[in-house]
Amino acid sequence: MDITSQRSDGALIVSVEGRVDGANARKFQKAVENVIGDGDGAVVLDMEDLSYISSAGLRSILLIAKGLQKRNSKFAVCSLQGPIREVFRIVGFDKIVSIYDSTGEAVDALGD
Amino acid sequence: MNRPYKILVVDDEPDLEPLMLQRMRRHIRRGKYTFVFARNGVEALERLNEQDNIDMVLSDINMPRMDGLTLLEQIPKVDPNIRSVIISAYGDMKNIRTAMNRGAFDFVTKPVDFKDLQITIERTLAHMQEWREALSYRDKLVSIQNELEVASRIQQSILPSEFPEDTRFQVYGNMEPARDVGGDFFDILDLDRGRLGLAIADVSDKGVPAALFMMSCRTLLRGVAIGLSDPGPVLSEVNQLLHEDNETFLFVTVLYAVYDPGTGEFTYASGGHDAPLLLRADGSATLLTLTDGIALGVVPDLEYRQNTIVLEPGDTIVLYTDGVTEAQNTLGESFEVGGLNGIFAGSLSAVNAREGTDSVFRTVRDFMGEAAQFDDITCLTLHRPK
Repeated sequence: MDITSQRSDGALIVSVEGRVDGANARKFQKAVENVIGDGDGAVVLDMEDLSYISSAGLRSILLIAKGLQKRNSKFAVCSLQGPIREVFRIVGFDKIVSIYDSTGEAVDALGD
Repeated sequence: MNRPYKILVVDDEPDLEPLMLQRMRRHIRRGKYTFVFARNGVEALERLNEQDNIDMVLSDINMPRMDGLTLLEQIPKVDPNIRSVIISAYGDMKNIRTAMNRGAFDFVTKPVDFKDLQITIERTLAHMQEWREALSYRDKLVSIQNELEVASRIQQSILPSEFPEDTRFQVYGNMEPARDVGGDFFDILDLDRGRLGLAIADVSDKGVPAALFMMSCRTLLRGVAIGLSDPGPVLSEVNQLLHEDNETFLFVTVLYAVYDPGTGEFTYASGGHDAPLLLRADGSATLLTLTDGIALGVVPDLEYRQNTIVLEPGDTIVLYTDGVTEAQNTLGESFEVGGLNGIFAGSLSAVNAREGTDSVFRTVRDFMGEAAQFDDITCLTLHRPK
């Protein structure tokens, strides 16, 4: 699991690559929270290169989203690949978290 | 470490004590070392037993009552983590070798060169410090291990160990935990009018908090299911109760179904769980349509939809967790729903509930080969005999 980040139109785009499972879900969450830091702008989690996410990983995303909600920061995920999209759909997370097809769409939507 | 290191010096020559205190005075003043003295091995053992926190022993070899080599054998019985340095006659390799064999960390020779002694003491204490840190890491690992064992026992304890039997239905389930414990469980409930409640679930984490969450989920489900007959409202109620004080943001995916052996009606609702596999008596296999519910414990005030299908004689339903479909082989490929379908394709006439569940485990294990098991594998099979 690797994390990189960049800014785009005031939003922070955090890209995650590889697997997020029970073994590294906490590390993933801490890493993303560190990147976000004290910022109060919108955050987009880019999952284009995410190959697998377990339910522990979904919980980490939930915790990240709740943390941002407390500070009134907007949050979305984007670029979910087939199997990841399927996991989000089955667990019902597509109804809890905003999902966009690309980082561009996500940044536009959160900027409104 | 904040307190000074405490060094026990053992020598029958009375001159050593004032000499040591004088030569080490700067280190003593700075609060780096303190010294305790003994005149022979017996006195040394008394000091070791009386005083806590002795970090290291510096001992002569030839002494009355008990010599240094005998003392070396005794020290680990008091505290195996104390490090010892021996003071020997110059060139006395025989005794030095014996001392090292008995666990001495190092030696210095007489006449004592205090600069050399100082370096030896520093090295010994640094080693001991690292040793203690390694020990504390080990203790932490052991406590993590203990926690996982507790969680594992909780998980095993809530699984049904007996399976109801009837001429009108068979049901059989099994759960194989991953090494680090996932959060799967299944349950079989006796409901009114001879109906059967079937649940399979996967909690979103591992460890003790997840195991406790699993316990409360199972207990709530049992309690609610007795009062409400439809799976949809049962999941709504359990979701509400789980959400109420869920500070942990743990969640659980649940497939809950009620089976009526009289009519063959199988009514199910999904809270974020994988779709069950329906195997018809004619050998066809399909996934049941999901009811699009969200995993339980996350969002309040949800309504869960339910579906009903009818099990005909000879039909089988396989409930499973994602530990089955996401099991990986050594090439990193996943078992997938396709693998599950493949187990039963065309070979259905002989399926009973136990064989159904067992063949899922057998096939998944064969598929995984030497690959590690990342998640719990759980399967619960319901069969309506012909």
